[in-house]
Amino acid sequence: MTITETPFAGGIVGEARLRKEDPALLTGEAKFIDDLDLPGALWVACVRSPHAHARINGVDTSEALAVDGVVAAYSGEDLADTWVAPLPCAWPVTDDMNNPAHFPVAQGKANYAGDIVAVVVATSRYAAADGLEGVVVDYEPLDAVVSIEDAESDRVVIHEDLGTNVSYEWPLIPDPEGVDAAFEAATHHITETYVHQRLIPAPMEPRGVAVVPAPHNGDMTLYSSTQIPHVLKVMAALTLGVPEQKLRVIAPSVGGGFGCKLNVYAEEILCMALAQRHGVPVRWTESRTEAAGSTIQGRAQRQTIELAADADGKLTAVRATLLADMGAYLQLVAPGVPLLGAFLYHGLYDVPLYSFTCKSVFTNLTPTDAYRGAGRPEATYAIERGMDALAVAVGVGADEIRSRNFIPTEKFPYDSPAGLVFDSGNYQPALDRAKELIGWDARMAEQAERRAAGSTTHLGIGISTYVEMCGLAPSRVLASLNYGAGGWESATVRVLPTCKVQVVTGATPHGQGHETCWSMIVADRLGVDPDDVEVLHSDTAISPLGMDTYGSRSLSVGGTAIWMATEKVVEKAATIAAHMLEANPEDLELTGGVFSVKGSPDAEVPLAGVAFAAFTAHDLPDGVEPNLQAQVTWDPPNFTFPFGAHIAVVEIDEVTGAVDLIDYAACDDCGNQINPMIVEGQIHGGIVQGVAQALWEEAVYDEDGQCRSANLADYLVPSAAECIDMKLDHTVTPSPTNPMGVKGIGEAGTIASTPAVMNAVVNALRPLGVTGMAMPASPMTVRRAIEAAGGGAS
Amino acid sequence: MEVSVTVNGQVRTADVEPRTLLAHFLRDDLGLTGTNIGCDTSSCGACTVLVDGRSAKSCTMLAVQADGADVTTIEGLAGEDGLHPMQQAFHECHALQCGYCTPGMVMAAVSLVDEYSDLDADGVREGLEGNLCRCTGYQNIVKAVLAASE
Repeated sequence: MTITETPFAGGIVGEARLRKEDPALLTGEAKFIDDLDLPGALWVACVRSPHAHARINGVDTSEALAVDGVVAAYSGEDLADTWVAPLPCAWPVTDDMNNPAHFPVAQGKANYAGDIVAVVVATSRYAAADGLEGVVVDYEPLDAVVSIEDAESDRVVIHEDLGTNVSYEWPLIPDPEGVDAAFEAATHHITETYVHQRLIPAPMEPRGVAVVPAPHNGDMTLYSSTQIPHVLKVMAALTLGVPEQKLRVIAPSVGGGFGCKLNVYAEEILCMALAQRHGVPVRWTESRTEAAGSTIQGRAQRQTIELAADADGKLTAVRATLLADMGAYLQLVAPGVPLLGAFLYHGLYDVPLYSFTCKSVFTNLTPTDAYRGAGRPEATYAIERGMDALAVAVGVGADEIRSRNFIPTEKFPYDSPAGLVFDSGNYQPALDRAKELIGWDARMAEQAERRAAGSTTHLGIGISTYVEMCGLAPSRVLASLNYGAGGWESATVRVLPTCKVQVVTGATPHGQGHETCWSMIVADRLGVDPDDVEVLHSDTAISPLGMDTYGSRSLSVGGTAIWMATEKVVEKAATIAAHMLEANPEDLELTGGVFSVKGSPDAEVPLAGVAFAAFTAHDLPDGVEPNLQAQVTWDPPNFTFPFGAHIAVVEIDEVTGAVDLIDYAACDDCGNQINPMIVEGQIHGGIVQGVAQALWEEAVYDEDGQCRSANLADYLVPSAAECIDMKLDHTVTPSPTNPMGVKGIGEAGTIASTPAVMNAVVNALRPLGVTGMAMPASPMTVRRAIEAAGGGAS
Repeated sequence: MEVSVTVNGQVRTADVEPRTLLAHFLRDDLGLTGTNIGCDTSSCGACTVLVDGRSAKSCTMLAVQADGADVTTIEGLAGEDGLHPMQQAFHECHALQCGYCTPGMVMAAVSLVDEYSDLDADGVREGLEGNLCRCTGYQNIVKAVLAASE
C-alpha cells in the first residue's frame, strides 16, 4: 500500500480552524428559504390525499375560491397540460425497470397519503391554508399496500398499467456456482434476516420553494432548500420545458439535508408552473407534519444475509438478498440507493465469493430515496450484525472474528469480490484504538461480573467496523450502473487584482463547512489568509457547473477540483513571476505568498504583485492571458474507501426493556483531514443519527398506510438529554485516488453506529437467550424479545 | 388587532390577525427572520426567543399574548462589541453546522445559564431537551453552553 505524505505545506490545512460560516448563522443574518423577502409573492398550499390509495372521482375547488385571499385553485386535471414530462427518476437501474408516471399533482388516483391532489394559491400563507379547507375531493378509498411482502405478492397492483408492484430486480453474482459450492463446503452457514425500518430524515429546516418569474423576458429564478441546485436546473428544464439558459436555481442557506434534499420534488416543478401561469412570484414552505407525505423517507428494506465460513470463522462467501421499498413512485435516485450498498455486503473482510440480489417494490407509502449513507448503512448493518452471529457460532469474541477476516493491509489496492478496487486501508489499528478508547478489557470484565452476580441491568458491548465507498463518482462507473449523469465536480479559483481570492465550487454545502475548508485548501497553497478567500456556491448564475453535495463526495471530488485549479493558478502566476524576475518558471517556488528563485533569496516577488501585473496586463509574457484564474472539472478515477471501528456500550433494564447508551468510542480513518474540528463534528452528528435508528426513530404506518409518527412530537429525533459524549480518535491512511489523499467523512458515523448499538443490545441480552432484535430497540420491542426468548424478570 | 411589543429594545406596533403566531409576527411583520420555524408541534425549539427574559417557543404564543411584553430575538443578542458570549462559545466550540436550530438553541441556552448558576453537563442536556439539533449530536453544544456559563 502506498501511503503518500501530506501534500500540504502552508501550515493552514490540518488546523482546527473556526468556521467562517458561523457569524451569519449565529446572528440571524443567514437567509433560509422562508426568510426571503419577495414582495407580491403568492403562497401555495397543497391539498394532499388523506388516503394511502384512492381513486379521485372529482375535485371541487369552488368553496376554496370563495375564501378571502385565495386567488386560484387547481386540480390535477386542471394542470395536466402543464407538464412536458413526469417528475424525473435519473437512475433507471435496469433497462426493464418499471417506473410509473409521476406528476406534481395526481390525476385519477392518489397513491399514498400525501400525494398532492389539488393546489391553492393565495395572497398569504394563512389564506392559502384556509383555502385548503374549501377544496372538496371525492375519494374512493382502495385497499392499501403497506408492507413490502404484501407488495411483492401483487395482491393489489398499485400502478395498474405496470401489471405488478415490482419495479426491478438487480443481481450482482460474479460466480454463482462458486458461491453455491462455498456454502456447501462451509463449516458455518449463518443466515440472518434484518429489517431497516422507514426513517424520516428530518433536517431541522423543512423544505421550501420560491419562484420569481420575469414574464416578459422569460427568465425564471427558482429558489429551493435543496442540496442539488445544479442537477435541479437540468431536471426542472426538462420536466417543465423551460429553456435551461433562462433558468437560474439558487439554494439559499439550507438547514440540513441528509439526502432528503437531494431530489426533484413536485412542489419545485409545481411552483415554477404556477409562477409562469400567474406571472408573479410564488412560494411554498413545507410544514413539519406535511413533510411525512411530501419529503422522501429513508432505508425501508428487508435484508437476508448469509455467511459461509470455515471452522476458524474465516469467511468463504457472502450472499445478500434484499427486498426494498420504493414507496409509491420512484423519486430521483431511489432505485440506485440499494445499489450504493450492493458492493459492500462483505464489509471490510477478505471474502473470495460474493452474491447480491435486490428486488424493489412499490407500496402505498411516501416515496423513499437517499438518506445519510444511502445503501451503505444498510450493507454495513447486515454484515456487522452477521459477523456477531458468526462469532457466537465459532465461539470467539466479536473483536477476534473481525481481526481474522480483515482485508490484510498488504493486499491494497484490493480487488473486491464485488468488482471494486478498495484504494487503501489498514483496519486492525482502528479497531485496536477504538478498543483502547472504550476500555475494552475493563468493560468485558464488568460485563462478566454483572452476569455472575445475576444483575438485571445488563451491560452490552457492540462493535461495528466498516468500510464505505465515497467520492461519488467516476462517471464511467456511473454509466455502467445506468445512472443518468456524471460524477465530476467543477471549481474555479480566481486571484483578484488586490490579491483577494474567489473560489467558485459546484459543491453545495448545507452545514458541512465547505466555505471554511475550501478556503483553507486554497490559502494553504497560495500563502494568503483564509479570511481573504471567499467561496461562492449554490447559485447556478455564479457557479454554472456542478454536481452538488451528497454521498460524502464534496471534498474528495469538489475539493480535488479546487486543489487542481489552485495548482493551475500557481503555475500561471509562476510564469508571470518568472517573467518579472527574469528567471525560469521551474526555478521558482511559492512560499508564504511570495515567489522566490531557488538559491537566490533576494530575487522575489509577492503573489500580490503578480496578481496586479496579471490584471494590468501591461507586461505579460507572450501568449499569457491577463488575469489569474483557472477552472478545473475533475472526474475521479475511483471511489474512496474510508473505514473505521466503532464500539457502543449499552445498559438494558431487563424489567422495563429500557436501553441506555452509556459509552461510545470511534476511531475513523478518512485519509488526510483538512479541518479536524469539522471532521469530528460530522462524526458526532452522524453517530447520533445512526444511534437514533437503532434506538428511537421509526416512521410508523398503520394498516391503512397512515403515518402515525408524522411530526416531531411522535417521531423521536433525539434531544441532548438522550445523547452522550462520544470518544473519538482517528488513524490516517491517505487515499491514492486524489492528490490530497482525502476520503470523506459525512456519512461514516451514521454507517457505523447503528450496527454497533444493535450488536451491543443483542450482546447484553444473549444470556437471556435473545439472539436478535428489531429496530428501533424500544422498551416494548426489547421486552417482547426477552419474553419470546423465555427469560427475564418482570 | 393592534399589538405593541418591545422587540430587541424597540417598541414595535402592528395590526395583526388574532390568530397570528408570535413567530410569524416576528418573521413576517417585523422582518426578524433569525427566529426559525422547524415544526408545528412545539417540539423542536428552533423558534425560541426570550419573553420578559425567559425562553419561550414563539410558535406556542400568539402575537397578541406578547402585547406589552419585552421580547429578545437572536438579532438582539450581539452587541456593539461583537457576539454575545453564548454566540461566541458556539462559534469557538463548533456547536453549529447547518445553523437552522442555532438561533433557538442559543436563546434557550442564554435563558438556561441565566436561570441556573452551577450547571453541569447533565444539567445542560436536560435543560436543552426542548431544542432539537440534527447536525451536531449535541456534544459541542453542551461544551459551548458550559464554556459560556463559566
